[in-house]
Amino acid sequence: MTQQPTASQTVGPFYGYALPFAGGGDIAPAGHPGTVTVHGRVFDGAGRPVPDAMLEFWQPAADGSRAGAPGSLRRDQVTGAVIGRHGLDFTGFGRVSTDADGHYAIRTLPPGGAPYISVCVFARGLLHHLFTRVYLPELTDPAAEPLLSALPAHRRATLIAVPEREKVYGFDIRLQHDGAHEETVFLAFD
Amino acid sequence: MTTLPQTPSPEQGTPLTQEVISAEIAQARQAYVKAVEGGAPRRDHPDRAYPPYRSSVLRYPRQPLVDVRDPEAVELSGPVFGVTDVTDVDWDLTRQHHGEPLGERIHVTGRVLDRDGRPVRGQLVEIWQANASGRYAHQRDQHPAPLDPNFTGFGRCLTDDEGRYSFTTIKPGPYPWRNHVNAWRPAHIHFSLFGTAFTQRLVTQMYFPGDPLFPYDPIMQSVTDDAARERLVAYYDHDLSTPEWSLGYRWDIILSGPSATWIEESR
Ligand SMILES: [Fe+2]
Repeated sequence: MTQQPTASQTVGPFYGYALPFAGGGDIAPAGHPGTVTVHGRVFDGAGRPVPDAMLEFWQPAADGSRAGAPGSLRRDQVTGAVIGRHGLDFTGFGRVSTDADGHYAIRTLPPGGAPYISVCVFARGLLHHLFTRVYLPELTDPAAEPLLSALPAHRRATLIAVPEREKVYGFDIRLQHDGAHEETVFLAFD
Repeated sequence: MTTLPQTPSPEQGTPLTQEVISAEIAQARQAYVKAVEGGAPRRDHPDRAYPPYRSSVLRYPRQPLVDVRDPEAVELSGPVFGVTDVTDVDWDLTRQHHGEPLGERIHVTGRVLDRDGRPVRGQLVEIWQANASGRYAHQRDQHPAPLDPNFTGFGRCLTDDEGRYSFTTIKPGPYPWRNHVNAWRPAHIHFSLFGTAFTQRLVTQMYFPGDPLFPYDPIMQSVTDDAARERLVAYYDHDLSTPEWSLGYRWDIILSGPSATWIEESR
């Protein structure tokens, strides 16, 4: 039976003491030699950094598994504190807030079986979250990806991470065209 | 969207009144009603471009979303959580400190379902809220209402096999904010939900029945479809109230968005 969906509402300004958790961006097991860093800034339509956005990331494991694993928010049963992933299973999930300068960073392993990491953007002022993707350039053949090949080059470029140095990629998110910079491509799945 | 009034600031000295915001709310709703009468589809979610909520003005994309119709999309799967991600007391926000929080003790429960009515099992539900005085335990909340040393206002649980979540908490107070002069949020609890697919992710707010602030609030009114907006309001369920202890509210949550199983079955 088809149900009527519950409407989205903004995450607001005060989620910060509730949703983000310690090690939320540390998706790769600590010290894993294959770890890559994806980082960048979130900007609004005036070109200003967004200091109160929250980003979530979801991706397959390096072996291509999309089953994920529990334990992203693993807790100490005595104190209740988040103690981090145990590093044996790959949970595939990350959550980070932007800092006062709109900056975020995650450390993860490159996904298997798909060239991208999925991103869900929440922010004060954003009434309904937005989906986008971080395509890792070494994994991506734009001509072979239907989503990328259907986009004009200047739009496609907003989805492809920029190599900065070995194993470090830049990926900014622009919620709205600011007159100078291209707006990030956001996705719909219905 | 090009004729927006400027967001007020103390420097500009032109107070933005509730009257102006209410007129914009009415205008947006009328435009939606007219569009639906003209054959446009009903909209369950708010339009991201909703001028009465001033913070939305620079934070929505102007380009249309790009449709992904790929049965292999990673987003048709999603993160999972388990018993290691929650503790036994997370569902009871009144027991997270040494003393009892002030306020009206309530029990909030309901089911998380996908759009085909199937329960979302074993998934993470997170809530956060202001205390009984309308103050968040967040250092940027400057509302001069008392903090409650016995209330943080954050809870987590996993849904059961029927998709049911359950929290004990206190009823949050309404609080002022600075969208316009004399702006007040109706009492609400923030909810964060996961489905079986990342496409089903939802962050929303639950409201309490009969709150006189509903018509004044641009965040709630951003849901311009009357029926969709009413679905954000929990209902008081006397059978959920516990004698000499707490009042009960019931609120079911339906996640939109396809999942891998949905795609499979629709082929
Ligand atoms: Fe709130």
